[in-house]
Amino acid sequence: MITRRTAIAAGLATPFVMKAQAQSPGRSETLLLVQEYGPNSLDMQGIGSSQPVNGVALNCYDRLLRFKPVPIPGGGGNTISMTELEGELAESWQLASDGMSCTFKLRDATFHSGRKVTAKDVKWSLDRAVSIGGFATTQMNAGSLEKPEQFVVVDDKTFRIDFIRKDKLTMPNLAVTIPFVFDSELAIKNSGGDPWAKEWLKNNIAGSGAFKVESWKPGVETIYVRNDAWTCGKLPTLRRIIARDIASPSTRRALIERGDADISYGLPPKDFKDLLDAGKINVVGVPIPNGVWGLYLNTATGPFTDVRLRQAAAWAMPYEKMLQASLFGRGVDMSGGPVTPKVAWPQPYPYKTDLAKAKALVDAAAPGGLSTTLLFDAGNATVAEPMAILIKESLAGIGINVEISKVPGANFRGEIGKKTNPMVLNRFAGWLDYPDYYLFWTMHGNNSIFNIAAYQNPALDKLVDEARFTSDKAVYERSVTDFISLVSREVPMVPLAQPTHDVAMQKSIGGYQFQPCREPDFRYLTKA
Amino acid sequence: MTDSSRIEPAPALRFEAPPSTSIWTHGRHIVAENPITGFAFVLFALIVFVALFGASIAPFDPLASNTTNALQPPNMRHWFGTDQLGRDIFSRVLVATRLDFSIAVFSVALVFVLGGLAGVTAGFFGGWVDKLVGRIADTIMAFPLFVLAMGIVAALGNSVTNIIIATAIINFPLYARVARAEANVRREAGFVQAARLSGNSEWRLLLTQIVPNIMPIMAVQMSLTMGYAILNAAGLSFIGLGVRPPTPEWGIMVAEGASFIVSGEWWIAFFPGLALMTAVFCFNLLGDGVRDLIDPQRRT
Amino acid sequence: MLRLIGARLLTTIPSVIGVIIVTFLLTRVLPGDTAAYFAGPTASAQAIAEIRSKLGLDLPLPQQFFTYVMALLKGDLGQSLTTGQPVTKDIAARLPASAELTLSGLLLAMSVALPLGVIAAVKQGSWIDHLCRVVATAGVSLPVFFTGLLLVYTFYFILGWSPAPLGRFDVFLSEPPRVTGFLLIDTLVAGDVPAFRAALSQLILPAVTLAIFSLAPITRMTRASMLAVLGADFVRTARANGLTNARVIGTYAFRNAMLPVVTTLGMVFSFLLGANVLVEKVFAWPGIGSYAVEALIASDYAPIQGFVLTMAIMYVMLNLLIDVLYGIIDPRVRLEG
Repeated sequence: MITRRTAIAAGLATPFVMKAQAQSPGRSETLLLVQEYGPNSLDMQGIGSSQPVNGVALNCYDRLLRFKPVPIPGGGGNTISMTELEGELAESWQLASDGMSCTFKLRDATFHSGRKVTAKDVKWSLDRAVSIGGFATTQMNAGSLEKPEQFVVVDDKTFRIDFIRKDKLTMPNLAVTIPFVFDSELAIKNSGGDPWAKEWLKNNIAGSGAFKVESWKPGVETIYVRNDAWTCGKLPTLRRIIARDIASPSTRRALIERGDADISYGLPPKDFKDLLDAGKINVVGVPIPNGVWGLYLNTATGPFTDVRLRQAAAWAMPYEKMLQASLFGRGVDMSGGPVTPKVAWPQPYPYKTDLAKAKALVDAAAPGGLSTTLLFDAGNATVAEPMAILIKESLAGIGINVEISKVPGANFRGEIGKKTNPMVLNRFAGWLDYPDYYLFWTMHGNNSIFNIAAYQNPALDKLVDEARFTSDKAVYERSVTDFISLVSREVPMVPLAQPTHDVAMQKSIGGYQFQPCREPDFRYLTKA
Repeated sequence: MTDSSRIEPAPALRFEAPPSTSIWTHGRHIVAENPITGFAFVLFALIVFVALFGASIAPFDPLASNTTNALQPPNMRHWFGTDQLGRDIFSRVLVATRLDFSIAVFSVALVFVLGGLAGVTAGFFGGWVDKLVGRIADTIMAFPLFVLAMGIVAALGNSVTNIIIATAIINFPLYARVARAEANVRREAGFVQAARLSGNSEWRLLLTQIVPNIMPIMAVQMSLTMGYAILNAAGLSFIGLGVRPPTPEWGIMVAEGASFIVSGEWWIAFFPGLALMTAVFCFNLLGDGVRDLIDPQRRT
Repeated sequence: MLRLIGARLLTTIPSVIGVIIVTFLLTRVLPGDTAAYFAGPTASAQAIAEIRSKLGLDLPLPQQFFTYVMALLKGDLGQSLTTGQPVTKDIAARLPASAELTLSGLLLAMSVALPLGVIAAVKQGSWIDHLCRVVATAGVSLPVFFTGLLLVYTFYFILGWSPAPLGRFDVFLSEPPRVTGFLLIDTLVAGDVPAFRAALSQLILPAVTLAIFSLAPITRMTRASMLAVLGADFVRTARANGLTNARVIGTYAFRNAMLPVVTTLGMVFSFLLGANVLVEKVFAWPGIGSYAVEALIASDYAPIQGFVLTMAIMYVMLNLLIDVLYGIIDPRVRLEG
């Protein structure tokens, strides 16, 4: 017995002794980032690219324009301003006097291959974005960038975009992670006959960005190294970035807490709160612009076609409890707003938790109460599941019996596409921070997949379209306040809370930059 | 996989004479000789009691949230502490017993009927039935079993019924093989021959002579696979293929608590995990005990 | 001998075909619209339809199956949509990680379980026997994911003895050139001792987790077959001839008792491959188990099919290997077709 026990103990102990490994010299210029999952491609324009591919596009490629950094109100780094743009590949740009085109002067920039960036490359890349199909094309269209004919090479260093209509989203849409510029010659040379070199660009970088990909092991890690020849901005101070994919959030938390990782992305809200409370780690939070957790109530089929029941649900939501127990305070409450809305999104609706009001509405609309289901994406379970449980409990109090249905991501997309689920809990965030942009995706009659409530109202469509394309500020503000009061009366979606986008960093890390795509921007980060 | 008898060849000869002493005398003897089995029986009685009356003895409503009282460590009021929504973990662990116990019992019962019948028929009649059952069993065995269960639940949808079906399917080869071996050994045995000569049909022989005789062996199998069934269900829940929230279930509770371990709220995962472990431990010990009781020749 | 192995291989073909068919059907029944998922959030119905036809998902099932089998015959397992890489490449890259972990777990378990089983058999009925039974049963009663979490919490978070559960290798060390794909071997081949230690220290917790789980079946089998052998005539003869107890147990009994244990190992190994899925999830181990889980959640068919097929073939080969081994340990056993 004794021998066996000692044998086990010895077997366990020996390897642990040599835990601390000699650290390689580059540590102070190397950043270790841990995230839930990494890119599944290196080409954000390609079909089926996952969320982290935005980070590749951001750091390894350049765009004509970028959003200008502005300080986060609470400190901790910078966020962006939708309306303030600065040149990335563009040295300068000039809107035509009729407002129907924009001419860009290109900077003297070099691709990783050593070739100079020319207007021809810009055209090839933007043509590709509007022609390739899938998400890239949809996103381009959102800014009225629809046809290759809009993109004109004037000379080697001059490029023009012709507008098909005046759209305030056109210019900011050039700064998101889709219209980035490829080395078109290199791409075509390796394309193997495919006009857009999809297969090759999926596995190779052909850009001019601040970083190159040194190694990419899908599902394991991505290693970036600095492009020392980058001229489109201040040369980053970090030389090497290791982005590790760690599925378990507790492991990611442990890594940052013990100082093994420099930055941890995508922790559950509770961990951010704890880290913030403990104070050893910097947590920078930005309320996600144009993002909100909402309860979508199906207006086309099922019990919630009755507006009274939708209003009842809005009165019955346990807003405060959800913010505390599900988001752990890492979000903004969406209840108890003013009756006359502001020109902003998201913003609180006038509802607050009032079970008596809710019960009265249910008694009037469905005297015997009713049973229904509540659907959410299992990938969002950390936040959505406690929310769903609290919603179920609260609705039970007003006679609505809810069965919770938690489905995996692929299945969830299919389910919301059917538009038959009576109640869906989901978070949607638009890249471009305008109220009309958000409602265009989630409540407009064009019925995109995110119009989960299947809401159809010509009056709303008119107001949203008016706000999208008007250049008159007064008309814009009036239509925004009008459509927000309309949907707050009609409640196809009950806004629950605006989540905070948090990032945990060691104290030695500075220069945090929030981007609408919510991926880390390595170009500004510093390590002391 | 909890037991070695799965791969032991069936004994070639077995006397079917009734035991000379009653099963109770034998049982007392077993318990006296092996106190651990006695302990397992007591534990089992306790689990059955909690499964039956858990909901009545739970001090709190297992579903009621109380967000002002969330994440409390174990204390006099909440023995096992409270979770993210302030629900009492002790009550949830108690109430979950019935569900986890039912999953185990029903899946084992299902495979007992399906696998047992398939195996007995195959072993007794031989020929193409035997070949077919053998092939099905081989195919299932060639899968990584847990992954097969994952696939089945993912394809059919998350529900208790589907977890039971998946667990039953992955245990099918085991039951079918044991039943086949036992039926095969007996089909030419003296007592079967005697019954055959007195004019009974083959089906009748199968049902009246073979099935009753292999019952004890199958009962041993059942008690041995109960623990595995619970572990399997909990594993499925852990990767998100479990029952619907907010239903209390041990595997899901461990999975939910897992993300709180690193932040120091160990009790959320620990107590359901402990309950799970205790139940499986008890079933495994009990499996040995039942085997000792019914099938003394195979004691290990 | 070769002819016999060939004949034995032939008999496994029907189950492999069965696996291919069942996996194919199972993955097609998976709920969720793969095309919609990969078309991205803002895709139009037309974009989704394009992707569906690109993936061949709009064809009738038998035709999809035919395409799949034809590709399979060419060794093409298809493309993973989640990683964007060919499945064969993904599996080849990840298989060594899983194999190294599983084998280490198995070896660790054997190094504890074999002595334990022998002692329990020799001292049958003693407190040590009971203890052995309780310990082994307790091990198999612990859900692997729970054991893994407890170990991480204790040894990494509280005690800080173990390195971060960050996969197979220290981030700031460079990986050795790939020879076998087994880091423990590759680092030694490269003569890099610090790297070997780093790889070993990453491996130890997940391997222990697996070992605890597989303790029970090996201990029990060892004990049972030792008991049977100890009661056999040749052991009695050996004792009667005055051989020491240690000699009798160590040489005569143990060697003979190993036969059934070897057979058990095949089962245990397949069992561990399943448990691997959960352990890899807890330890962020870049193996094929975690790969399959991710694919399953995303309704990504090709990797699931590839994973299951790889597992099935490994299992078949392993059993064949065990049969051959069996024949070598005990020449009386003839390999039968």
